[in-house]
Amino acid sequence: MIGFRAILMRDLRLALRQGMDSALVVMFFVIAVVLFPLGVGPEANILARIAPGVLWVAALLSVLLSLERLFHADFEDGSLELLALSPPALEIVVLAKVLAHWLVTGLPLIVAAPVLAVLLNMPADGFGLLLLALLLGTPTLSLIGAVGAALILGSRRGGVLLALLVLPLFIPVLIFGVGAVEAAIGGFPARAPLLLLGAIFAGALALCPWGAAAGLRQALE
Amino acid sequence: MDRFEGTSLDCLRSTRAVFRGLDFTLQAGGALVLVGPNGSGKSSLLRLMSGLLPQAAGRLAWNGTDIAEDPDAHRGRLRYLGHLDAVKPALTAAENLAFWAGLMGSDPDTAVTPALDALGIGHLADLPARFLSAGQKRRLNLARLALAPAALWLLDEPATALDAETTDRLRTLIQKHRDAGGMAVISTHSDLGLSGAATLDLAQFAARGGELNQDTAA
Repeated sequence: MIGFRAILMRDLRLALRQGMDSALVVMFFVIAVVLFPLGVGPEANILARIAPGVLWVAALLSVLLSLERLFHADFEDGSLELLALSPPALEIVVLAKVLAHWLVTGLPLIVAAPVLAVLLNMPADGFGLLLLALLLGTPTLSLIGAVGAALILGSRRGGVLLALLVLPLFIPVLIFGVGAVEAAIGGFPARAPLLLLGAIFAGALALCPWGAAAGLRQALE
Repeated sequence: MDRFEGTSLDCLRSTRAVFRGLDFTLQAGGALVLVGPNGSGKSSLLRLMSGLLPQAAGRLAWNGTDIAEDPDAHRGRLRYLGHLDAVKPALTAAENLAFWAGLMGSDPDTAVTPALDALGIGHLADLPARFLSAGQKRRLNLARLALAPAALWLLDEPATALDAETTDRLRTLIQKHRDAGGMAVISTHSDLGLSGAATLDLAQFAARGGELNQDTAA
């Protein structure tokens, strides 16, 4: 656990010093969402209808954008092989880096989402559920993305490959994330999609660190 | 007495055999200098010894126990120094080192300053690492070795980009490590002048056939 803290603090400090990563992800999120009223037209009822889906898709793409860098910097400067040879297990290293990634990218998205929901005229009933669903869903995206980010290390055109690998795996999170918000807006109980989101998160938390660590070992051979 | 040995090791990079049938034995306090032309597998052997790269055939054992049986214990007793310096430009020299100290479980407050001084870069402690020269980054990487004792040092061309004075400091560092019962495996092209070090010339284990047989590769 000492190692977990050391890696988490280092990654947060690096993100803070280099600053832009987090801001870029949120700016991409905002711009991607703002494009929809421009493309679909300003009719309030249409925007309200598509708001949950638009917010989730934009959040998915924003997370995807930041994933490529998750292990890449450490891989390029040789830190990753030293991390793989240091006392903490590689799975713990992965978990610490994923938590840092979520704090730096997932959390700012959750903060920005309600503002954008207002912009899209989303009914007020859905706001609480939107936050809750994002809170359960975005860590899952970081975890699943970590497996993809580990697999593309050392390959050319990694970014495109990452999108192809990871986006299909994001689909369940998208479906149940949007489902929870729409259920709340329509006045139905949102318990089932939320439980499913929680289950996917629990499954990802248990499996993805192992998958990502195996990918990293492969990349370091 | 600790003992690290490898028996009939084969190394394979994709389908190309780098070396085959390599043996070595290292006792506590011993040093093994790896020499050989470029591409003879010095770095590959060090990665094999670290456990990063699995051997195609043969056995690596620490006190008679295969290192693959307990990779956690093996990671805990080794320090690896590769070609890359693993220095984060956005952190200061001291912060870079404090991170590795924390990871090894030693106290960053007490371990960092002596380690920086051991490599003669104590005055650079608060400088962001992006302002360091190649040699100073190398020294910062070498300072990791001085953070906490470890049984086995695997150093891949540690003297690259170092001036004569720092090479002396490195020699002293390695000597102190060996006096305390540690082992060191060092790949090098220049003679570091280590006393009582065994030399392993990888050219003599070069795989002549090129491709390994299917049964030895399995």
